[in-house]
Amino acid sequence: MIGDMVRGLVTTIKHVIQRPVTIEYPEVRRPVQPRFKGRHWLHRYENGLEKCIGCSLCAAACPVEAIWVEAEVNTDDERYSPGERYAKTYEINYLRCIFCGYCEDACPTEAITMGHMYELSLYVARRRDLHQG
Amino acid sequence: MATTAVSTEPFSDYQGDLERLRGVVSPRALTGETMLLNMGPQHPSTHGVLRLLLELDGEEIVTCNPEVGYLHTGIEKNMEDKTYVQAITMTDRMDYLNPPANNLAFVLATEKLCGLEVPPRAQAIRVILLELWRIASHLVWLGTFSLDMGAMSVFLYTFRERERITEMYEMVSGQRMMGTYFRPGGLWRDVPEDFVPAVREFLDIMPEKLRDYERLLRNNPIWVERTKGLAPISAEEAISWGLTGPSLRGSGVNFDVRKAMPYSGYDQYRFDIPLGEAGDVYDRYWCRFQETWESLRIIEQALNRLPGGPVLSDNRKFTPPPRSELGVSMESLIHHFKYWTEGIRPPKGEVFVPIESARGMMGCYLSSDGGPKPHRVHFRQPTFMHISALRHMTPGWLIADVIAIMGGIDIVLGDVDR
Ligand code: SF4
Ligand code: SF4
Repeated sequence: MIGDMVRGLVTTIKHVIQRPVTIEYPEVRRPVQPRFKGRHWLHRYENGLEKCIGCSLCAAACPVEAIWVEAEVNTDDERYSPGERYAKTYEINYLRCIFCGYCEDACPTEAITMGHMYELSLYVARRRDLHQG
Repeated sequence: MATTAVSTEPFSDYQGDLERLRGVVSPRALTGETMLLNMGPQHPSTHGVLRLLLELDGEEIVTCNPEVGYLHTGIEKNMEDKTYVQAITMTDRMDYLNPPANNLAFVLATEKLCGLEVPPRAQAIRVILLELWRIASHLVWLGTFSLDMGAMSVFLYTFRERERITEMYEMVSGQRMMGTYFRPGGLWRDVPEDFVPAVREFLDIMPEKLRDYERLLRNNPIWVERTKGLAPISAEEAISWGLTGPSLRGSGVNFDVRKAMPYSGYDQYRFDIPLGEAGDVYDRYWCRFQETWESLRIIEQALNRLPGGPVLSDNRKFTPPPRSELGVSMESLIHHFKYWTEGIRPPKGEVFVPIESARGMMGCYLSSDGGPKPHRVHFRQPTFMHISALRHMTPGWLIADVIAIMGGIDIVLGDVDR
């Protein structure tokens, strides 16, 4: 009986002298995996045109109806995307988003992808960073 | 009438009138001879929001009435408003300690409705992830159970190992817990290259860790004293209360859905079902604990014979086309649009698919009216049955024992209320 107690104690002491596995979070950050689904990115082609063509497929795929897309027709004077239409409004409601990645899967032009940013609560001064990347 | 030590509104329809509890508690409570006490809904050892109305004679339990529903989120009803693919995301959030098993129950039911074949590679990867999460779930259970019983360090160690599993899940699905990795017809994507070495490393380190947990608890006199002989339940009683999983096998009943009704190719793996004898809390603990060893065995076999090939069925009626085809084939583009806007349309019918989750038999009943959204979804969740068995297990034991009994049946409130 005493032996079993001592064996348990030895196991605990063995752990005390091991290196800690925790990290000091705000100073040290745990790298995320390449597939990590964080805040979305909307992409452009190299020539500066937007990849999004305003098809709303992402909005249809989204299980929680977090995406709102309003499409507008491109004209020759005002061209935003190579296709016929572009997204005039593109909003993702992060209060609803569950980061499932369905929008990324659904997008036919690879315009939207899931990024690696997960710290979404920011001070007001830093909100600009969130919007401008 | 003598005033009794009743906290306000023990039951939702109690309304301060003890008469309303007639038949729920013993007559002695109505005269004030015994005391009514609420344990929960906010109690650290109920592992969520569960409320037990305990009737106490001194410190001894006379009756115990569990009340559930505090975590009810209407997931099953909400699923009727989503397409089949969208609905998978909701299953992740039911039994939050074992999300892939929830995914699997729903996805298997959908596949059965559609008559979809799953490629062997997808099946093997499913099994690996399911068993990893069974271990993860048992680790959380072991940690919290022993924490409730006063052994703190086990909790810290088990969460350290569980972290490796969530990390591997993040590697394959992009999320630590709510991965939605299983899709009708296979998997979201193939696993990345690093996955197999990561699992192998896990298999290497895990046996030593399990031996550590065993050293800490198995023969620990305090642990044995508090769990051995506590709340024994015979095989017949366990069956009639609807217990499944390790809670049932602790009573010596050899029933495991993986053996009885194999799915996802479980019949190809060699593993044993740990059984208890006495059916007490200690046996339930020991059965669950030994299951982690068997899971390691299954994972190793699955890794050794991991087949190559696709991970998603190529039946375009029910699965999305690969991205590479979108730019070249008009037909694929149409399939892609249909899949993500309208979803899949399984034929009319009803199915029930049982699987073995970490806690017991979990089943998904799915009824389709031929439309793109499920007509009715219902889940048979093991913990719901286990909690109702508390009425039978707790009387005659002390308050401190209730904590141990609850730990022994491994309650997860997300598994109860949905
Ligand atoms: S990640 Fe999922 S929930 Fe979030 S916007 Fe995309 S589809 Fe919607
Ligand atoms: S992000 Fe993609 S799916 Fe969404 S509207 Fe733009 S092009 Fe369509």
